[in-house]
Amino acid sequence: MQLRKVTAASAAVLALALSATACGSDNKDGSSGSSGNGKKITIGIKIDQPGIGLKTPDGKYTGFDVDVATYVAKELGYDAKDIVFKETKSADRETAIERGDVKFIAASYSINDERLQKVDFAGPYLLAHQDILVRADDDSIKSPADLNNKKLCSVAGSTSAKNVKDKLAPKADLQTYGGYSECLTGLENKVIDALTTDDSILAGYASQQNFQGKFKLAGFKMTNENYGIGLKKGDADLKKKINDALTKMVSDGAWDKAVKDNFGPANYKNDPAPKIGNIVK
Amino acid sequence: MFDFLEGYDLLGAFWVTVQLTVYSALGSLIWGTLLAGMKVSPVPLMRGFATAYVNVVRNIPLTVIMVFSSLGLYQTLGIALGADATEDINFRLAVLALAAYTAAFVCEALRSGINTVPVGQAEAARALGLSFTQVLRLIILPQAFRAVVNPLSNVLIALTKNTTVASAIGVVEASYLMKDMIEAEAQLILIALVFAFGFIVLTLPTGLILGWVSKKVAVKR
Amino acid sequence: MSSVLYDAQGPRAKQRNILYTVLFVLCAAAVVWWVYNGLAEKGQLDWIKWKPFFTSPQPWQTYIWPGLQNTLKAAFFALIIALPLGALFGIGRLSDHRWVRMPAGFVVELFRAVPVLILMITANAVYAEYTTIDTDVRPLYAVVTGLVLYNFSVLAEIVRAGIETLPKGQAEAAKALGMRKNQIMLSVLLPQAVTAMLPAIVSQLVVIVKDTALGGAMMTFPELLASVRPMSANYGANTIACFTIIALIYIALNFALTSFASWLERWLRRNKKEKGTAPGGAPETVGTPSLVIDDGHGV
Repeated sequence: MQLRKVTAASAAVLALALSATACGSDNKDGSSGSSGNGKKITIGIKIDQPGIGLKTPDGKYTGFDVDVATYVAKELGYDAKDIVFKETKSADRETAIERGDVKFIAASYSINDERLQKVDFAGPYLLAHQDILVRADDDSIKSPADLNNKKLCSVAGSTSAKNVKDKLAPKADLQTYGGYSECLTGLENKVIDALTTDDSILAGYASQQNFQGKFKLAGFKMTNENYGIGLKKGDADLKKKINDALTKMVSDGAWDKAVKDNFGPANYKNDPAPKIGNIVK
Repeated sequence: MFDFLEGYDLLGAFWVTVQLTVYSALGSLIWGTLLAGMKVSPVPLMRGFATAYVNVVRNIPLTVIMVFSSLGLYQTLGIALGADATEDINFRLAVLALAAYTAAFVCEALRSGINTVPVGQAEAARALGLSFTQVLRLIILPQAFRAVVNPLSNVLIALTKNTTVASAIGVVEASYLMKDMIEAEAQLILIALVFAFGFIVLTLPTGLILGWVSKKVAVKR
Repeated sequence: MSSVLYDAQGPRAKQRNILYTVLFVLCAAAVVWWVYNGLAEKGQLDWIKWKPFFTSPQPWQTYIWPGLQNTLKAAFFALIIALPLGALFGIGRLSDHRWVRMPAGFVVELFRAVPVLILMITANAVYAEYTTIDTDVRPLYAVVTGLVLYNFSVLAEIVRAGIETLPKGQAEAAKALGMRKNQIMLSVLLPQAVTAMLPAIVSQLVVIVKDTALGGAMMTFPELLASVRPMSANYGANTIACFTIIALIYIALNFALTSFASWLERWLRRNKKEKGTAPGGAPETVGTPSLVIDDGHGV
């Protein structure tokens, strides 16, 4: 008898659990299914990169990519309140586009040949470069070669660290962490000498209130990163609309304002707005 | 079929795993025994400390302890454990974190071993005039250790697997390499099987040998 | 508290104990002071780094609470799915038939030997490659899969141990009544074993909760530990503060679970004694034996 009770109870719990998940996925279908029908639009962004795409404590999103995405969405006919921002991790970006989880992605997404096989890109809308961030009072690193025997930090699985070690400073002492914040703590505590990734991301961190004046960008331009807006392969209509929106954004000054708002305090010398389709190798 | 392994230092990565396991096993055995000693000691404060230590440490994810050892101990308090290169520092920090974490479980296992020793043993020892440390060292612990070979071998196997967490602070051990390989190579299932096999090779003999040892040294009661 | 390990303390022993206590306190104080000093020197104790957690509910609402929900969700699903699987394989290992016992044992030993992290990474990659699971929930699926694969094997061992520790007379008496093997297992052995196993199962939940953190740290599952990332990105890389807060939450949560497990164990033992069905009095030992086995498996 007792056993039957236990079985019945666990069956009930399981049923409850299953229905709970079912509800969860229903909601999700509801929001993404209606994208593109003039009601809601789902856009992929980063939520943990200050200056690029960041989820702020009040649950809103800020950053250059977010500003660009909002402007483009507005040109496509969506109000700011109709935009559903969704986090797209670096490794998931192609899949999210292919599956249609998002309409398009603006998430420090560099255009390259490998990605072009899977998705299409509008833009580019920003030309970034791999750079390093150092303490403001540290003048010992004047060229990438000076990174030899220095403690260099990057996040696990990123190509930036590999690039430095393979080509520029083979003797750099590399530390990898799960996120940039851990690297920054080390930089602040002087056990790490430099943090490397795209200068736009570094500028975003350096612009944060707590950090202003503490760090500086070295300005090395070690690579060219053409940030584009990723969208479904073959959607020429959407690509054209987004490109038009980007052109307009540059011409009416919104682009400059977005750069200034998001990267300004870091004294980040951005390249001028790139021409649509002009990919700098 | 196994072409994808070329260009990766698979054995090297597993060697790091083995080294992590061995050093932290030794560390945790020493620290765990000390903790167990404190836990049954006559000084109330030490008992309290050991209890608190075990309760706190085993309720935190190892990942958090690992990150703390890097961010807190190394970055903030400047403890590099006598190493210069980042690779060595990270390795030593990982050993420290693993030992600190595993010691809590060694302590618990030992305490349960102490529980299996009949009361008469301790009473007889005291009747002979042995002090607390003598009772513990000469009478109780030797019997307790024999009783807990099996639980300790489980702790050791768990430790072997827990070394994968060292990748959180950038130690290039087996799971770190596996993640790299999955991103670069297409033979997903094969990669997974290779690494699973690697860990089975490491853990199965441990379990079997120590299982045999445990039968050998068991105290017949 | 008196112990069989040492004599009742006379005046000299008491003095010695006080000396040890003082020395211990001094050592501990020195360590605490040194840590405090080190943290303060590097500015890690600056109010600005800790302020967000104490002056506004926002970080809790936006980052921590959703993370905690995901942690609990993953742990709950992992336990619910792993339990029946574990029971099945645990009973399978006790089967009279070699062809059931051997494969069940093989599977259990296999998954006990492989690190959870490796299982999670594999599950995540397999789901990404061969299925069309939404990118939003894929990490959850991967984490739950990894946890289930590992924990069902542990639970199988708990079930097996629970049944094996029952007095032999139970099965023999049932057999004498003419019950079939299934009946003996389902109506006699399992119900008794389940109660004995409950504390161990709750303890396993602690292991599962801790293991979810792997999904956050090494993969992209947005659980409690992973909430540090957007949080520290917002508050100027106050990683030490963030990790400390998160660690405290884990301790509180898991401490509650462990306390519940040991309360459950005591309660069950008391209940058993009252009903007088305790299997033959255990020999008196230095302490009280415990059924809850926590050997640090998992993370």
